[in-house]
Amino acid sequence: MHPIAEKYLRKSALPQFFCQGCGDGTILTALMRAIDDLGIIDDMAFTSGIGCCAWIPVFVNADVLHTMHGRAIPIATALKLTNPKRKVMVFAGDGDCVGIGGNHLIHAARRNVDITVVMVNNAIYGMTGGQTAPTTPHHAVTKTTPIGNAEFPFDACELARAAGATYVARWTTAHPRQITTAFKEAINHKGFAFIEILSQCPTQSGRLIYGSADPVEAFNRLKSIAVSKARAETMSPEELAGKVIVGKLLQIEGRAELTDEVYALMSGGGDGLSAETRLATN
Amino acid sequence: MIRIDVDKKFCKGCNLCIANCPLGVLAVSTERGAAGFLVPEAVKPEACNMCRLCEVICPDFAIVVEGEREKRG
Repeated sequence: MHPIAEKYLRKSALPQFFCQGCGDGTILTALMRAIDDLGIIDDMAFTSGIGCCAWIPVFVNADVLHTMHGRAIPIATALKLTNPKRKVMVFAGDGDCVGIGGNHLIHAARRNVDITVVMVNNAIYGMTGGQTAPTTPHHAVTKTTPIGNAEFPFDACELARAAGATYVARWTTAHPRQITTAFKEAINHKGFAFIEILSQCPTQSGRLIYGSADPVEAFNRLKSIAVSKARAETMSPEELAGKVIVGKLLQIEGRAELTDEVYALMSGGGDGLSAETRLATN
Repeated sequence: MIRIDVDKKFCKGCNLCIANCPLGVLAVSTERGAAGFLVPEAVKPEACNMCRLCEVICPDFAIVVEGEREKRG
């Protein structure tokens, strides 16, 4: 077995049941490399909602709460507030995160609570068979829009940024090394971190929206539409049509974070101590 | 000596490793893994430069590159 799999994966849950070529597997391996580099598996706590990507943390041999559709974020907030030493990470699909869970996303960002939310975006509700999600492209054909999607998709990174997130990044599963770096930065960042990862879904969005159920074709499509911020600035609107800007889009350090604020108020003063320091000295 | 190991218990034959190898080291073999898919094999291991793109792209932790690069030139 791969040495990192041997060290970190929940053997009783293996083999992973993700589809052949699913991007969720690549995100899991990128996650394990990030955690191995940081050496923090014992501090990690994961929550996830419902959907294929919600199984990503379940395959990790760590503390995982596999919760209800759209509700992983408030549960993660509770995990952080009750034990500030935890590094909390949420895995949610696009429907989970900006559909049913949209409200929780904007408030967690507003609160700047120190958790990392990873939105795995395959632009469809995959696990349930391929229904239109808030991220499905305009005119896309899905099981619920056989004549084409009349709606327009969210830019979830813009949403998180506007709501108050202090770390925002977007990558695709064609960028596994960059995903590992983004995970490490987000875990170390003090504040609300939001990472959108466009992920190939050969079985549902590949087959229904993009015309191919072949994993390599679905993967290559992601590689071809990703454009860095720097390069996008030199491109015309016509050239940018159909592309997505990837990279670290925002990082703000030093903003007041929810856990510290709550513990400071409970102790009666704004003395600037972090929640962990306060708990350690009490 | 560079060794490229494919874990047949986990490989689902998605071919992402083959598609991403910049040096054409990997190709589809005639063997099937536990899931029934045709797994890849290293047909040109001597061409491998240990970039590990196959390893980081594999969704299943099913491929490992081990060994050391020989000095060239």
